[in-house]
Amino acid sequence: MTLAPEADESALQAAFDATIERHDRIEPRDWMPEAYRKTVVRQVAQHAHSEIIGMQPEGNWITRAPSLRRKAILLAKVQDEAGHGLYLYSACETLGVSRMELTEMLINGKQKYSSIFNYPTLSYADVGTIGWLVDGAAICNQVPLCRTSYGPYGRSMIRICKEESFHQRQGYELLATMMRGTDEQREMVQESVNRFWWPALMMFGPPDDDSPNTAQSMAWGIKRNTNDDLRQRMVDMTVPQAEALGVTLPDPELRWNEERQSYDFGSPDWDEFKDVIKGNGPCNKQRIAHRRRAHEDGAWVREAATAFAARTEGDG
Amino acid sequence: MTEIQGDWPLYEVFVRGKRGLNHVHVGSLHAADDEMAVRHARDVYTRRNEGVSIWVVRSDAITASSPDEKDPLFAPSGDKVYRHPTFYDIPDNVPHM
Repeated sequence: MTLAPEADESALQAAFDATIERHDRIEPRDWMPEAYRKTVVRQVAQHAHSEIIGMQPEGNWITRAPSLRRKAILLAKVQDEAGHGLYLYSACETLGVSRMELTEMLINGKQKYSSIFNYPTLSYADVGTIGWLVDGAAICNQVPLCRTSYGPYGRSMIRICKEESFHQRQGYELLATMMRGTDEQREMVQESVNRFWWPALMMFGPPDDDSPNTAQSMAWGIKRNTNDDLRQRMVDMTVPQAEALGVTLPDPELRWNEERQSYDFGSPDWDEFKDVIKGNGPCNKQRIAHRRRAHEDGAWVREAATAFAARTEGDG
Repeated sequence: MTEIQGDWPLYEVFVRGKRGLNHVHVGSLHAADDEMAVRHARDVYTRRNEGVSIWVVRSDAITASSPDEKDPLFAPSGDKVYRHPTFYDIPDNVPHM
């Protein structure tokens, strides 16, 4: 049966729309609108890059972890971040983008990663704070994404969410241990929380009235909640955790709203957010330079493995 | 060899969660050869005892049905309700069936 191309396209679009309408999943070889494909590639690539760049701030402390136990935990966590990046690259590649292109786009600044990883880790307490707040925010963001409309992305998220819980708990436990220590250690924790609280809330992206892609992404089922909804959820979950820990969240406007049954809170500095996204955060240049160096320094290993594979091909 | 500039080949990974279960597709990865693919699959997909056995196969070796042929390919089973046990009426007084 041959249809005129435009009739064909509208039938395909109708089938795609019906799949989204049923909350069913879109799979790699299904027809999809080009704009949908581009949006998923952009979001999944940005997510993958964030995992890969996210290894750096914490990797910074591996050699200086205070005990073998903490060092083993931190190594496992950073290795998980690498794994999460790989799950997501694998999902992204099902849409016809190659791994090499993705790596190039990260290194050349054509694709972004989460703004949070452009902040430095100045003290060991930051390892705990990142686990608690940054991975906590990531969990808020990622749990609904397990139901995202693009099948391979959702399956990656399910795998990742199972592992994130370890990340958050090790961070909270680390901070709780320091809070039971000396005054100096407690001050380190508070100072770290003061630095990371606002950047962690920025991780959900700009406010809804300044987020042009949200409506379309939600209509396609790629995103399941708005940025502000997720940010509110994060605040509501975190306040009692902060109380139990004995730290203060650095927001004078933070208070319980009986009517809404939620916490009211202040607004992050969105000018700072935009500036960091533009590349002017404290560590943007360092993060990309490090990733580029690792890629270039690894070139001979990739070449050697390829040459070895070519030579032994057919031996088996 | 021009491959050097490009990616290593893509492999699909299948993991058997425990004895008695089928291998299930879990994702893909790049590796220079089959042996490296198994090692990478171990590191990427089984960090927490998710598997007791791994299969890897080069993605370009897989032949798949096409989504466009879904109807002609699967339609023949649609009208054969007699393949299901519920198609048959068995009197209520017949036990164990």
